[in-house]
Amino acid sequence: MKALLIRDLRLAIRAGGGFGLGLAFFLIVTVLVPFGVGPQSALLSEIAPGILWLGALLACLLSLDRILALDWEDGTLDLLACAPLPMEAAVSIKALAHWLTTGLPLVIAAPLFALLLNLPSAGYVPLVLSLLLGTPALSVIGTFGAALTVGIKRGGLLLSLLVLPLYVPTLIYGAEAARRGAQGVEASTPLFMLAGITFGVIALLPFASAAVLRVNIR
Amino acid sequence: MMPDLGKYADAVLGAYAASIVLLIGIVVLSVWQSRRAKAALEEMEKRRNG
Amino acid sequence: MSLWEYANPVKFMALSGRILPWTAWLSGISLVIGLVWGFFYTPDDFRQGSTVKIIYLHVPSALMAINVWMMMLVTSLVWIIRRHHVSALAAKAAAPIGVAMTLIALVTGAIWGQPMWGTWWAWDPRLTSFLILFLFYLGYIALWAAIEDNDTAADLTSILCLVGSVFAILSRYAVNFWNQGLHQGASLSLDTEKNVADVFYQPLLFCIAGFVLLFVALVLLRTRTEIRARRTSALFARERMG
Repeated sequence: MKALLIRDLRLAIRAGGGFGLGLAFFLIVTVLVPFGVGPQSALLSEIAPGILWLGALLACLLSLDRILALDWEDGTLDLLACAPLPMEAAVSIKALAHWLTTGLPLVIAAPLFALLLNLPSAGYVPLVLSLLLGTPALSVIGTFGAALTVGIKRGGLLLSLLVLPLYVPTLIYGAEAARRGAQGVEASTPLFMLAGITFGVIALLPFASAAVLRVNIR
Repeated sequence: MMPDLGKYADAVLGAYAASIVLLIGIVVLSVWQSRRAKAALEEMEKRRNG
Repeated sequence: MSLWEYANPVKFMALSGRILPWTAWLSGISLVIGLVWGFFYTPDDFRQGSTVKIIYLHVPSALMAINVWMMMLVTSLVWIIRRHHVSALAAKAAAPIGVAMTLIALVTGAIWGQPMWGTWWAWDPRLTSFLILFLFYLGYIALWAAIEDNDTAADLTSILCLVGSVFAILSRYAVNFWNQGLHQGASLSLDTEKNVADVFYQPLLFCIAGFVLLFVALVLLRTRTEIRARRTSALFARERMG
C-alpha cells in the first residue's frame, strides 16, 4: 500500500502536472473573478468564500482524469487487479495520492488567494478548516467518477458532467461554513455536516469505485 | 366554451402548451424509435432466413 | 409462475405487447378527462386566479420525475443482484421519460412562479433539488451513450444510479439547509396536500393516473425498442462472424 502511494506521489511530482497545474488554475480563477464582477472590494469580500470554494472545486475536477487514465493506458490497473491488495484499498490510496498532490496544496494556498479577494479576517480559519475537511471528499468522489469513465476515450467532459452533481452537497456545506465564518456567524453546524459527508464518503465510496473499476477491467 | 382565464391567460396557456409539446415530443420520439428498431430487426431476420 | 419469468425477453415481449395498447389507451383517456375537466370545468382559486389550473400538469409531472428515478433505482438493483437484462434495459428506457417529466415540472413551475412570486426562478429548495435531479438524469443518459459494450454500460450506470440516489438525497437536505441559511423562514413552496380543495383534487387524480399510465406505456414501448435493438445488433454480429 505504501509502495503504491509513494509511486503515485512520485509520478505526480515528476510529471510536473500534479502540484503546479491545479494551483495555477486556482490562481487564475481567483484573478479572473474581479475582472468579471468588478473591483469593488466590498463585493469581492462578500463573495470571496464562494469563489475560493468554487475555484478549489474546479481545480480538483481538472486533475481527476489523471488519477486513473495513465494507469489504465499502460496496464498498471490490470496488474493492480491481480495484486493481493484489494481493489478498494488501491482505490483509496489513489484518492489519497490525488488529495495530497491537489487538495492539500489548494488548502495551503487558499489563504494567500483569499488576500486577493479581501476576505474578512474572521473568515480565514473557517475557510481553511472547511477546505481541509471538504477537499478529501472531492478527491474520493472524483476517484469514483474517474473510475466510471476510465474506459471511455475523451471522457473528460463526461467526467465533469457525472462528478459535478455529486459535488453539490460538499460544495454547499463547505461554502456555507466559509461564508458564515466570513460573516462572523457560528459555522460549526455546516462544518459538522461537511465532516459527516467527507467521512461517510471515505468509508463507503471506495467500494463503489472498486466495483466500477472491476467492471471496466473485465 | 373557452373559460375566462383573466389576466393569467398567458401563463396558463403557456404552461399547457409547453407541457403538451414536451409530452407529445417524448411520445413521438419513443414511437419513432420503436418503429425504427422494429423495421431494422425485421429486415435482419428476413436477411437471415431468406 | 413468478414475477421473474418476465425477465425472459421473449416472455416480456409477449406480455408487454399485450399490455401496451391497454395502458396507452387508458393513459390517453384519463389524461384527456383530467386535463379537460381541470382546464374547462374547475373554478379559479380565490388567491391564485386561473393559474391554479397549472397544477394539473405541474404536480403529476413532479411526482413522476421523482418516481421515475425510483423505478430506475429498483431496476438497477435488480440488474446488479439478479442480472436480468430486461431490467437494465428498462432503466435505460426510463431515463429520457424522467428527463421529460423533470423538464415539464420545471417549465410549468417557472411559468407558474412568474405571476405568483414575481419571478421565473427562485433558489428555493424544491426548485433547486429538481434542477439537480435533472443534472443526474443527464449524466446517467450520457454515461449510457458513451459506453459501447452493453453489459459494461448496464453495470456502470446501475452503480451510478445507486450512488446518485444517495447523493440526490444528500443534496436535498443540503439544499434545504443552504437556503434557510440565506433567508430565514422564507418558504415559497406550496403545500399542495393541504391546500387543495375537492374541486381541484378530483381532476388532479385523473391527471396523476394519466401520467403514471403514460409512463408505464412509454417504458414498455421503449424497453421493447431496446430489446429489439439489442437483438438486431446481436444478429448483425453473428452475420459478420459467419
